[in-house]
Amino acid sequence: MDAGGAIEQVGFRNQLRARWNALPQEQRWTATILIQLLVAVGLWFLDHALAEGFLLICAVIWLRKLPPLPWRLAGQAALVVLLAIFAATGNALWSVPIVFALGFAAFWIPTKQRRWALPAIGLAVAILYPFFEEKLFTMPVFGVFPDVYTGVYMVVFVMMAVGLNIVVGYAGLLDLGYVAFYATGAYTAAWFASEQFPHTRFDLWDIGVIPKDLPGVHVSLWLLLILAGVITAGFGVIIGLPTLRLRGDYLAIVTLGFGEILPQIARNGDSLFGFNLTNGPNGITPLDSPGWGNTLSNATGGFLPANYLTCCKRVLLGHQIQSADVFFWTALVLLIFTVFCSLRLRDSRLGRAWVAIREDETAAGAMGIPLMRTKTWAYATGAFFGGVAGAYYASFKSATFPGDFFFNISVFILCMVILGGMGNVWGVIVGASFLAYLNQEGLANTGAWINSNIHIGSHHPNLDVPLYSSGIYGLIIVIVMLLRPEGLIPSKRVAAELHEGVHDEPAYDIAHGAHDV
Amino acid sequence: MSSDEDNVLVVAGVRKEFGGLIAVSDVDFAVPRGKVVSLIGPNGAGKTTFFNMLTGVYKPTGGTITFLGEDVTGKPPHAITQRGIGRTFQNIRLFQNMTSIENVLVGMHSRLHANLFNSILRTPGVKREEREAREKARELLHFAGLNRHENSTARNLPYGDQRRLEVARALATEPTLLLLDEPTAGMNPQESADFTTFVGRLREEEKLTVLMIEHDMRVVMGISDRVSVLDYGQKIAEGTPKEVQKNERVIEAYLGKAAVEDMKRQGLS
Repeated sequence: MDAGGAIEQVGFRNQLRARWNALPQEQRWTATILIQLLVAVGLWFLDHALAEGFLLICAVIWLRKLPPLPWRLAGQAALVVLLAIFAATGNALWSVPIVFALGFAAFWIPTKQRRWALPAIGLAVAILYPFFEEKLFTMPVFGVFPDVYTGVYMVVFVMMAVGLNIVVGYAGLLDLGYVAFYATGAYTAAWFASEQFPHTRFDLWDIGVIPKDLPGVHVSLWLLLILAGVITAGFGVIIGLPTLRLRGDYLAIVTLGFGEILPQIARNGDSLFGFNLTNGPNGITPLDSPGWGNTLSNATGGFLPANYLTCCKRVLLGHQIQSADVFFWTALVLLIFTVFCSLRLRDSRLGRAWVAIREDETAAGAMGIPLMRTKTWAYATGAFFGGVAGAYYASFKSATFPGDFFFNISVFILCMVILGGMGNVWGVIVGASFLAYLNQEGLANTGAWINSNIHIGSHHPNLDVPLYSSGIYGLIIVIVMLLRPEGLIPSKRVAAELHEGVHDEPAYDIAHGAHDV
Repeated sequence: MSSDEDNVLVVAGVRKEFGGLIAVSDVDFAVPRGKVVSLIGPNGAGKTTFFNMLTGVYKPTGGTITFLGEDVTGKPPHAITQRGIGRTFQNIRLFQNMTSIENVLVGMHSRLHANLFNSILRTPGVKREEREAREKARELLHFAGLNRHENSTARNLPYGDQRRLEVARALATEPTLLLLDEPTAGMNPQESADFTTFVGRLREEEKLTVLMIEHDMRVVMGISDRVSVLDYGQKIAEGTPKEVQKNERVIEAYLGKAAVEDMKRQGLS
């Protein structure tokens, strides 16, 4: 409180903050409450639900300021009971008090247990999501919660972001061409599970999924996921070997180039030396639907569906299980695998070597770390998960088009990593889910909200918000970079690097190291 | 000079040019096993360039470097480290945002065997290796007097401790030959004296061969078995500390011709 007078504050913002901090606490709090009430009144004219939501969030934040026992607990309980009364009288959905109760409960978990408890809760919520999704309340501005179809999209992009995080977050290699791996995976799935090559006839373990006499190559998706991962990892090594000698900006430019070359091949690959490889701009569609075949399905009592597309006739917990649900759960399994590998690698000998290279290549080399090989491993591992995600997503959409693989997707995935927090898997998951959701539903919903609620008289703006998506993501990144460059949930180490800097001078004498003479 | 079997490192006619500038010019040099050898010389004499060639950071323009009987000229840094040359840097290059023990564990990289696949599976072998590595890293930190700082981030360590951590990290590579690039730069006399004792312990207890670049003559004269002097990229003198101290060319290199003549007049030399 006395610091404001002691040090001369530079800059308008700091001066304002110093004056604010110099006020007595009661005045500050009263002023805050007044401002919040005013904002709420303003929002009330815009949208009743938004004002209510705002007040609820304010209440939650104020409750955090109370001493935990007994007051905070009592306050939180009271809030939940209040919301429950609203629900009981039909003024709100039951999901509102339940969500708040769960949210409060999560904060009561002791810090020590949070490390595993929060991911476990998140996973449980995700697995059960298809069951309660339709019963959830509508958010102000953002509208309804994403449907399961969007959920699959989100999980696939989270998976890619976690993969890219190995390259960018762990090893510190700026990769602007990650979409190339996504494309490789997608086209691998498309080639080996469609009628793209009608003159061949090859079948492998896709019993019961497609009719017997279909032309083309048909391999079970489960094999293809592995195959796509391996092929993409190999492709990553091929791209990596010439490019990973470069550092920083140079590496980024070269990866950018590779990221552009691939979709061009896909787009123009309908007549490569007279051979139709990619079907050009029309893409490859449809793809075989994944499935486990009738034998396995019957053996597991229908737990593993015979065919994902025609699935399912079961009703579980009052919910008619649909095709999208099964795709969603399978995607979750793949994501868990990705996160598991990512975490194991982070704490391994290889993970340490990646961090060492990110911090100081020269010193890392001098400590016996083979730079090229270690970087290539990072690249190949990131590529593997990108490939698996691409193959799965192509199979889910039952199509792959060259238009899906342009530069903006690379940047989009990179944004997810940066927004969430480079190097921290949990941060990346949060950032990626949020951006993927925005891209698929959030922006459209927000646009609809703006168009119906913000108007002058009868003049509605009629904005097509998803049209501005790139600009909006750019703005989000600029804001994150200004206010919190380490991302929403940062890794401690990356945060320190961003604030304190790292050594990064060239290791080999590519340039004349005259300063070192 | 002793025979080649007794020399850990033999450098023959090594040369480094940066464009037109000759940084190191046809230097012959040998480091006998189990000794502490100091490399001294005025600023810009080419000492660090010489070090960087030994450790593979620079490729020599000419000449050969033989380490334990094997030609290592132009090999990449990690390959040279694997063969048993550990080093520290003139301006400390720790992994600033890693903890002390992590820094040491990175140093052990080439002595560990876990790969991508068994790291993901975390096989019993990997677990055991990791446990033993941590155990050994703790021992090294203890040896360097850093046991209190095991989990401190490297950047938060006091300066002298950072220097010692760099040595501990270099020791973790299990070197036969340890290269120290101005290890006492920026230390106060007490820290320098402690460091001299520490290097002595490396020679006596760890049976290490040490080659160091050093400016502090008290350290050089106090610990070295042999001293070599570089000036303008050329080796101008070599011998025991006593011999080098009296060498006219060395005095000239450090203090200039006038000083030598001055000393001669006064009958000091």
